[in-house]
Amino acid sequence: MEGYARLTLPASARDHAQGPAEAPLTLVEYGDYQCPYCGAVYPVVQRLQKAFGKKLRFVFRNFPLTQSHPYALIAAETAEAAGLQGKFWEMHDLLFERQAALKPDIIPTWCEKLGLDLEKLGQEIAQGAVEGRIQQDRQSGIRSGVNGTPTFFVNGARYDGAPDFGSLTSLLESELAGSP
Amino acid sequence: MTALKPGIKAPDFSLATTPDQKVSLSEFRGQPVVLVFYPADWSPVCSDQLALYNELQSEFAEFAAEIVGISVDGVWCHLAFSKDRKLHIPLLADFEPKGAVARQYGVYREQDGECERALFVIDGAGVIRWSYVSPVGINPGADGILKALESMARGWQ
Repeated sequence: MEGYARLTLPASARDHAQGPAEAPLTLVEYGDYQCPYCGAVYPVVQRLQKAFGKKLRFVFRNFPLTQSHPYALIAAETAEAAGLQGKFWEMHDLLFERQAALKPDIIPTWCEKLGLDLEKLGQEIAQGAVEGRIQQDRQSGIRSGVNGTPTFFVNGARYDGAPDFGSLTSLLESELAGSP
Repeated sequence: MTALKPGIKAPDFSLATTPDQKVSLSEFRGQPVVLVFYPADWSPVCSDQLALYNELQSEFAEFAAEIVGISVDGVWCHLAFSKDRKLHIPLLADFEPKGAVARQYGVYREQDGECERALFVIDGAGVIRWSYVSPVGINPGADGILKALESMARGWQ
């Protein structure tokens, strides 16, 4: 905290990641599916992925603000449970793209849209199959200095700049220039 | 003005939290207290500092730590803000004299008429054990607070 906050749990095989593991840039986002700021930054992340291609690995971790956002937890559980059926990113994208429609009732519709087994999804959530993972994300976030949602870490350092495409691009480019 | 450092006894205070309730630091003697000084209610983010600490109640409860927010806003403002953001953290009004408690802690921004974004962790004996002033535009998160509470807990074993 004195100086800058650092990621205590580096990105690894446990994570939902897009892009090569050996990419020179790793962007980790701690997010909440019901948070409008996370919704707003979702297209920014996609643009960054397009701009940096194979140089960027993007990792998403859950940080549901359950006190502020009543549907954040069920959304996180749904995304993780969809992940157990091999469709984490598809559900992640759907949740953010259609964030305005987010409420518990919409989940069966989203599952059908993605061809998921709704009953299995519901059972796994009810049995706590994804709870440990979400807790682990949350704890790692707390320890790393997550200070709201979205919180980004660029190559392990918390990003405290503006969450817009230009500002993030500048930082990512300077990280690239600085790396060996 | 510099924030009070660890080792110093935390100045006692008594501030209104609602129109008919006051909270004093001394009433928490025996348990750790986290003071969260912040500039103003109604910052335009759903995931601001207070929302974050509100989310981490179970983590703070592990240490039996009391956490309170302090700004120069008045009690009615605090009530409306607290209700809007569903906060369980008491918000104290350092309203009259304006910023008096913040001044005692060395965290009043004269030029703005608001508190710094400052954290103090105080032990059960009323001594400051950790303090941190964040740049006012940066939310310091909770990791520093939790580290301080943990090292205090270890020290008591």
